[in-house]
Order: sequence, then structure tokens, then C-alpha cells
Amino acid sequence: MIQTRFMRETILPQEAAPHRTSGVLLWVRENLFSSVTNSVLTLLSLWALYATIPGLFQYLIVDAVWSANTGKECLAENVGRPVGVCWAFVTSHMGYFIYGQYPEAEWWRVDLFFAAEALGIVWLLWPNAPYKFAGIIYFFVIFPIIGFVSLTGSTMLGLTPVATNFWGGFLVTIVISTFGIVVSLPVGILLALGRRSDMPIVRLVSVIFIEFVRGVPLITVLFMANVMFPLFLPDGWRPDSLLRVLVGVALFFAAYMAEAVRGGLQAIPRGQYEAAQALGLGYWRMMIKIILPQALKIVIPNIVNNFIGLFKDTTLVAIVGIFDFLKTIQASLADPVWRAAGMPFAAYIFASLVFFVFCYGMARYSMWMEARLDTGKRH
Amino acid sequence: MVIAAMLRKHSADVYVLPNSAEVGSNWRMGMKKLILAAVISAASFGIATAASAGTLDNVKQKGQVVCGANPGTAGFGVPDQQGNWTGLDVEYCRAIAAAVFNDPTKAKFVPLSSKDRFTALASGEVDVLIRNSTWTMSRETTLGIIWAGINYYDGQGFIVNNKLGVKSAKELNGATICVQQGTTTELNVADYFRANKMEYKVVTFGTSEEALKAYDSGRCDSYTTDRSGLAADRLSMTKPDDHTILPEIISKEPLGPVVRQGDDQWLNLVKWVHNALLISEELGVTKANVDEMMKSENPEIKRLLGVEGKFGESLGLSNAWVVQIVKALGNYGEVFDRNVGPSSPLKLVRGSNALWNQGGLQYAPPIR
Repeated sequence: MIQTRFMRETILPQEAAPHRTSGVLLWVRENLFSSVTNSVLTLLSLWALYATIPGLFQYLIVDAVWSANTGKECLAENVGRPVGVCWAFVTSHMGYFIYGQYPEAEWWRVDLFFAAEALGIVWLLWPNAPYKFAGIIYFFVIFPIIGFVSLTGSTMLGLTPVATNFWGGFLVTIVISTFGIVVSLPVGILLALGRRSDMPIVRLVSVIFIEFVRGVPLITVLFMANVMFPLFLPDGWRPDSLLRVLVGVALFFAAYMAEAVRGGLQAIPRGQYEAAQALGLGYWRMMIKIILPQALKIVIPNIVNNFIGLFKDTTLVAIVGIFDFLKTIQASLADPVWRAAGMPFAAYIFASLVFFVFCYGMARYSMWMEARLDTGKRH
Repeated sequence: MVIAAMLRKHSADVYVLPNSAEVGSNWRMGMKKLILAAVISAASFGIATAASAGTLDNVKQKGQVVCGANPGTAGFGVPDQQGNWTGLDVEYCRAIAAAVFNDPTKAKFVPLSSKDRFTALASGEVDVLIRNSTWTMSRETTLGIIWAGINYYDGQGFIVNNKLGVKSAKELNGATICVQQGTTTELNVADYFRANKMEYKVVTFGTSEEALKAYDSGRCDSYTTDRSGLAADRLSMTKPDDHTILPEIISKEPLGPVVRQGDDQWLNLVKWVHNALLISEELGVTKANVDEMMKSENPEIKRLLGVEGKFGESLGLSNAWVVQIVKALGNYGEVFDRNVGPSSPLKLVRGSNALWNQGGLQYAPPIR
């Protein structure tokens, strides 16, 4: 019998894919060396990395001085080897950079404030956290009370009062940016709604406020709040200078926030308003349930941009004599005990690292949130 | 109520869609001008009233002296590692607190930049400004402020590298000088070299840090600023010991506490706190021996320490006011030594700041 058909009885083992369609080499070829320009750029980038990374590593880690008691002890002739960054300057001043002049015995109160804030932020920002509504109540009602009482003190609870001129460093940066962010967003939303309102006086007031504030630099607002504002008040009646700055910063950024939110409101098609009205929703329900959720989603990048700007602009309060994080670092540089060559490098590298971590964190969170909320266009 | 009524309109059944019509821009401009005018007139009114109140009564009522302070100047006002303010100017503020409250910690420091320091004083934001402020005629005649004394005689000097072998500023002919742009420092150099008929080349920089760095890297033969600043700047050189501050002083920079005009009681108090520090040094009253000195037979010491006479009361203080100051901080010599003198990293010599009977300029009128 002639065998007319051949049938394989076992399945052949799977062959590796040709190296041209997968694998490291292909990825490298397609992404790094796909054309002459690309190859040149890749080589240049590699060279740039090679030229900087080892030197930086050497300077920041290997040669760094980690413990010293004065600036002199960080100098090469006293260490006996080439020296890099004097991290000892940062570690020895860490308490001052974080708490300012807050009395050391009361530092735990500042820690409590930081912890309470971290809890609130995680609760609100982590989408899967339970009891969201309780979280909102906590962050906007309970946390401010905890923060205020623990930081300023209360004789009733046996906490020594600490005047705000002792607050400083990272504490002040966090207080100002938290207050600014928490107040400016809701006020900004109200101002944006007010500016698009059909009621002439509300609209006029909103427009005047927004345009006036946007027309002056933050430094002017701070200077007004801290130096000029007391002129209008009767003698002996002086609101706390930190409070004046807090209000100034919050109102300033509320105007910017209002414009960001207005951008979102304008992007919502008219049909959405009409549909909401057709359903019989009132103004506030229409805004809260239909318009704002869509509008705010659109402007997340702008809002976070404002937050990041606000966080960095807190450094400007130094000009009215409030010692924020950066100012405490700069002031410590003038200390003759620590004054030595190369000290500013350590100080400013540390400052930029801290600011970078916070701003980059905010930026990444907003990108992640955008992707998560991008339901409308996902099909 | 009006706002509530306006908001209520939104609950009506008909909605007008948001329109983008905004208020006319002309109207807006007019409004801005109006507000500005109101702000300016209110501000000038405020300055007139703030100065007339009794500062000492205010201070006693507040329970603390509010001092305009340095935002970080080595030796004069700078936070130490723990964040406590230290420095010559800072201790002057503590001395006032000690005189008024018998407690040097009842001083609040408001760090001020050089731009807003006089405004802050005039507006009453601070009670006294002790912040490296140079006493000049125009400041005193136009800003409504008055100096209560000179707690540090400063002046512009030069720093040179030892390699140069220059021992006096007179030998700087043909030198290249690093200097901060647009400061009186730059003008003083020009005056000095012209007056001494010397040639020089100036290299200017936007900030003092840049100028200093350029000098340190060998770009210039000399760097110039106030001598108290030079002492601090020398510490930040790559090799501090290679540099010498030349003995010549080419400008007068008298630094001292400043108060508002129109409150002579407060002016007297600040002035006499300064004088008391000087007299204590002159009479040998120190932090350590002040209790023993109370028993001294010397009539001058008796008057100083309030054993005899009612000099403190005439200032609105207790008669033991000097005892309170010296117990807390010591005399002028001790304060100087600790903050800018030999016991500090700055190691400045007394020079013009020595007492008058030791060849310096510090001279206090007698208490009698």
C-alpha cells in the first residue's frame, strides 16, 4: 500500500523567533540606531551620561563628608583626601531645616501635624481607600483643627503656645502650600463660576478680583500683606504675620485657579448644560453633578501645574521675613561656624532634591489620575 | 444679605447660559486707578499715625520687643545650628528686652531684607531696627527714622591674596578689583583710587557671591566690601589662611539701632541701653562680677547699677535695668568678643570699636 499522506505524530518544539522581530538587539536597533541621526544622538547621549554620572557619583557619594562639627572640618586639608559634598552641613542642621526655631521639646507636635496631613492626603488621593466621605470631613474639618491646635498650642490641653515667628523651615513650606492648595481650589472654583455667572454684581466682583490679583506679582501681594497692611490697622491690632501671608498666598492662587477652572468650564459643550436643565436640575446640582466633574477632569494638568507653582513659590515668603525651607538653608550658610568653601553646593543640592521629590511626585500623581479618569475617550 | 439674594436668583427655573460678556475694559481701568489712589492716601495717613503712639507702652503691653533683624549676616544676626538667633545686633535686641522685661528671651526677631527694613520700621511692624543699617544723612532726614547710636563702626576694606605681598591698600596701584555691581562699594573704590592717584581695573558682578568666587579663583587681585563682611567672606575661600584683610578703611559705615522719629522716650531707651553696655565695659562691670559690683563704693558704678539715683525710672524702667542687661548678656566688650571678636570664627579686632580710652571711638556720655 502506497502511503499517500504524511501526518506528523508529534508537535515540533517551538522555535525561537527570528532575532529580527524580537529581542534586545532588535529593540536597540529600532529605537536607538534606526537612522544615522538617531545613532549620532544615541552616541552623544551615552557620552554625556558617561561624562557626568561617574563624576557626580564620586562627588555626591564617594568623596562626600558625612560627619563634621564645623565647616572647616569639611575642607580637603583637614579631611586628608579630596572632598565632595559636605553632607555634614545638611545632617547637622536637619532639625533647623525641618522645624525652624520650633522648640525642640515640642517637635513631636510638628511630627503629629505631618502625620495627620499624610494620613489625610493618602486617604483622599488613594482611589481605593474606604470611607471617602469621612476622609473629606477629616481633611477639611478635623485635620485643620488638629494641625492648628498642635502647632500653635493650647494652654487648656497643656500644650505650650508657640508663636508663629518660631515656625520655620520645611514646616512653614508645608503649612503655606497646604493652606494655599486647600483654600485656593474651592475659592477658585467659586470665582470661576462667579465670572461666568449671569448675575452682574457677582460677575463684576469676580472679574475685578481675578484681574486685579493676576495683574500684580506675588511679591507685591506678600509685601502688601506684611508691610503695608499694618498701616491700615489701628495701633496694637496686628494679625499674625504668617496668617497674613497665608491669606495672601491663598487668594493669589485662587485667582489663577479660577482661570484654570474657567478654561474647563468653557470646554464643556452647551449641550451638557441644556441636558442638565432638561432633567430639571437646579444651578448648583447642575454644576456639581454634571458640569464641574467634567470640567475639572479636563483641567487637571492646569490645576496641578498651579499646585506645583504654589509649592515652589512658597520660597518667596522669605522676602517678608518668614523663614521657609529654602530661607533656613540660606540663612545657615551665613553662619560663620559653618562658613567654608563648597558649603553652598551641599545646601543647594539638598534643597533642589527635596523640591524635586515633591514636585515630581505631584506631577506623576496627576498624570496617573488623568489616565484613570480618561473614561470619555477610552473605547 | 445682598449676596444671599443674588445667589438665590440661581434657583429660578430659567437659566441663562453663561456668556462671556465682561465688563468694559475702560471701566476696569478706572476702577484700578481709584483703588490705587485709595491705597496710597491711606498709606500716607497710616505712616503719620503709627509714629505718634508710645512705643514703650506698646512694647510693655505686647510683652515683647519686636526687632527688625538680619536675615543672615555672619556675626551680626544669624541662626546657629539649633536655629537660635545669635550675633551682635541680635544681642542688642535681647539687651533691650532684658532692660524692659528683665528677660532677654522676650525679644521677637522679624528678619528684614535691606529693601523693606525702613518701611517695616515706619509702619510699626517692628519697634526697633537693629540690622547692619548704615547711618546716613539722607536716610535720617527723609525716611522719618532716627539712629540711636553706633554699635559697630564698620568701613569698606580690601582683601588680598598673600602671594601678592601687598601690605597696604596704598600699594594696590594697577590692581584688578572684584566688586558687586551698583553698590556704594563700587563708588567708594572709584573715589579712593582717584583720591590717591592710583590706576585700577574694576570687574563687576551681579551678586557679592559671584564677585567673591571670582576673586577666590584668582580673577582679581583684590575683593572689596565692608570689613565685617570681609572677615566672614574670608572663611568661605578655598584656602582662608592665604588671604589678608588690609588695614585701610576707605569709607565710613556706622551701623546702629534705628527707631521711628517722634517717640523720644523710646529713642532715649534704645540709646541708653547702648550707652549702658559701653559704660559697663568702661567700669569693668561684667556678666560674672555684676553682683559683687553692686557693693562697689565707686559712685559711677553705683549710679550705673541703680544703687544710687533713679536713672532707670526716668527711662520708664526699673532702676536695676543695667543689672538686668549685664546679668543676661555681659557688657559691650563681652558681646563683641563673643559674636565678632576673638572668641568667634570672624576674629575681628576691636579697632575703631574699642572704647575711647583704649584708642577707639566707642564713647558714652556719663550717667549722672
